[in-house]
Amino acid sequence: MIPAIFFYLFAGVSIAAAVMVIASKNPVHSVLFLILAFVNGAGLFVLLGAEFLAMILIIVYVGAVMVLFLFVVMMLDVDFTQLRQGFLQYLPIGAFIGIIVLIELLLVVVTWTIAPDVQHAIAAPIPPLAKMPNTEALGHVLYTRYIYFFQAAGVVLLVAMIGAIVLTLHHKPRVKRQIIADQNARTRSTAIEIVKVRSGQGL
Amino acid sequence: MIISLGHYLTLAAILFTIGVFGIFLNRKNVIIILMSIELILLSVNINLVSFSAFLGDLVGQVYALLVLTVAAAEAAIGLSILVAYYRNRGSIAVEDINLMRG
Repeated sequence: MIPAIFFYLFAGVSIAAAVMVIASKNPVHSVLFLILAFVNGAGLFVLLGAEFLAMILIIVYVGAVMVLFLFVVMMLDVDFTQLRQGFLQYLPIGAFIGIIVLIELLLVVVTWTIAPDVQHAIAAPIPPLAKMPNTEALGHVLYTRYIYFFQAAGVVLLVAMIGAIVLTLHHKPRVKRQIIADQNARTRSTAIEIVKVRSGQGL
Repeated sequence: MIISLGHYLTLAAILFTIGVFGIFLNRKNVIIILMSIELILLSVNINLVSFSAFLGDLVGQVYALLVLTVAAAEAAIGLSILVAYYRNRGSIAVEDINLMRG
């Protein structure tokens, strides 16, 4: 009973938040509603017993990605009301395609059956919670059998980091910068010059 | 009242549809389109984790972790492209992005 109540709570709030993401006038409100949707998704993950993913969802998404979105929305000085013109123009075609997609997905959801031999094809069975918590079980699988996928995920993040830096780093011309290598390469002979100044004549 | 796999799959289907709908509805605003893609990826993750939980297989959660990684990388790259584009053109309207059409 309690899990059902929480399922409907999280599901209802996340659907309402998702609707508000695409419908709200202000993009800052959209980002905040997306945060709400992700927090409720994390609640659903906890209900499903995937605590590690729930925490990752909150830390990575709400903590990093959504803050990045907020930064960009607030940094760009864009007239968002102008971007909303023609909002209703795309409503019929969008609703048409959305309803088609929803009907197809619901047909799949309603009519599926699990193949009977799938119970024998489980690659990594979830250990009982009393024996091993979810995080530890995930680590046992992720760092052994799926280590190459883990490394590939790291490479993806590295490429994303380098790409983001390359795309946004931008040197202004005529800005004086400290060049430490040049400073260290100076020697006494190139730096100072000894001049004998005769008295009364100056340089 | 028991919550079955079908409940979770229905929720994921609805979220996916809202994401697709959002892409069509906000054709001009790239930021909302990126957020709709995040919604779609969240619904995919709900699918993966619910199958993982109901079939008792941990691999679905590993896969959901990889999807999260790719989604974070995609958001970072997309937003940095957006910032670079805004710096060059002074606008982020989607219909202005037609320089490469020839």
